Amino acid sequence: MEKIINDFSIGLFFWQVVLFIALLLLLRKYAWNPILNAVNDREEGIKNALLEADKARQEMENLKSDNEKILKEARIERDTMLKEAREIKNNMITEAKDQAKDQANKIIEQAKVSIQNEKISAIADMKRQVANLSINIAEKVVKEQLSDEAKQLKLVENLLKDVKLS
Amino acid sequence: MHEFYRHRIHISDMQRNTLVQLLTFLLLTIVFTASAQHEKNEVIQHGNNHETTQHNEHDKDLSLEEQIKKDIEHHIQDSHSFHLTKGIGFPLPVILWDEGLHIFSSSELDHGVAEINGKHYAISHNNNHIYKTDATGVINYNEKGLETNAKPLDFSITKNVFIIMLVGLLMFLLFASLAKSYKNNNGIPKGFGRFFEPVVMYIRDEIARPNIGEKHYKKYMPYLLTIFFFIWFVNLLGLTPLGANITGNLAVTAALAVLTFIITTLTAKKDYWKHIFWMPDVPVLMKIVLAPIELLGTFIKPFSLMIRLYANMMAGHIVLMTIIGLMFIFKNWIGSSLSFGLAFGLSILELLVATLQAYIFTMLSALYFGAASEEHEHEMTH
Repeated sequence: MEKIINDFSIGLFFWQVVLFIALLLLLRKYAWNPILNAVNDREEGIKNALLEADKARQEMENLKSDNEKILKEARIERDTMLKEAREIKNNMITEAKDQAKDQANKIIEQAKVSIQNEKISAIADMKRQVANLSINIAEKVVKEQLSDEAKQLKLVENLLKDVKLS
Repeated sequence: MHEFYRHRIHISDMQRNTLVQLLTFLLLTIVFTASAQHEKNEVIQHGNNHETTQHNEHDKDLSLEEQIKKDIEHHIQDSHSFHLTKGIGFPLPVILWDEGLHIFSSSELDHGVAEINGKHYAISHNNNHIYKTDATGVINYNEKGLETNAKPLDFSITKNVFIIMLVGLLMFLLFASLAKSYKNNNGIPKGFGRFFEPVVMYIRDEIARPNIGEKHYKKYMPYLLTIFFFIWFVNLLGLTPLGANITGNLAVTAALAVLTFIITTLTAKKDYWKHIFWMPDVPVLMKIVLAPIELLGTFIKPFSLMIRLYANMMAGHIVLMTIIGLMFIFKNWIGSSLSFGLAFGLSILELLVATLQAYIFTMLSALYFGAASEEHEHEMTH
């Protein structure tokens, strides 16, 4: 112990303290601070770059999903438009058909009515002609039958026989 | 004979291979042993020569074992001159304060006493410190082997101070250039930085952040980084042939521990002192008992930092040097190669220890800073 104290060199202690502090101050100014700052900056840079890359990727993904959404919407719209067109077409066809049918029915109806009228008038005409014909025939028959006196009298007699005095 | 050949033919290829290997091994062993025997004799002769020359140069009455012990002691101690190996080195400036400033080259102390401005100084070979002597340069020792001469205030640039300066310069150039490479290269390191950046990040993310907290850790980062790299580099440099045992010197670890203590104390928040002197949520009697213990703890913490680093590095150097020294004591091919292998293994272990000790010092410093800057939410509401 005494030997250790005896061998302790104050001069070396002094130089070690002085040189070490000098080295510390010099290195702090010219080495450690620049190195640590550079490393810090680099780390920050890497972190920021990674963050930005992440953001960009997120944006890309958003864009992609947006695109997909738009595409999907467009597809849906196209589908609905097609469907609507088809419906309109069908409606138009049915409407046209209905209208045509109505028209046809109306025409048929009118035709029936006019046919009926024609028939009635024809029948009436026929009746008039038959009546005329009958009258003419009857006239001729009567004229024939009543061409002599004897027959006129007989007729009167027969008519009178039918007539009952009331 | 005929029988034998028939038998030989029945040996399968595999068995023959095994046989050949066995024979080769035996042959080699014999050759090795023979040559080793030869070498051993040579080594012993050479070793004896070496021993005698060394004895002539230094202390005539020292055995090889004592010489190795002395070398180890010399290695772990600081020195006033820079010696790489025998004959290669240079003197360093000696700066003394002894009723005035004296600056001279350590080479003047190489041959015993040096006379500077009418005063006499000599280096004690016990601890390599400079003592005041008379004109003959005799240093007196008391019964415990400690120097009794007066000691001047010694601010010399010793070998350790020189290497600390070197490491400081190296660190400054290295990390300043790393900082510059960040600036020039859009925040991406180049060259050496590629290796050191993960270490810096580790200290920030695994040591400072969890132990100090997100809020305050930035303030302590320069200190933690400096102390980690300083201890690490110095420890690693201690394993090179430069052989500087800097972190195994108590003065150095004491200085580092004192710095940690000062920073802890100066940046401590109200809560830290409250936890020391008036521990919340315990009975009053316990508060009174705990206060001196906690206060003592604040000093024991940096003290343990000092001792831990010192003892680990010191022990590592001593063990490594001892095992290397064993090579010269064994002086035969088994013992010396064994100690070479051991020294090699231990060097690798020391590489780990060098890093581990730097990590532990930094980690514990961060822990103490964390305790100092901690703010308890529940106390704020009281």
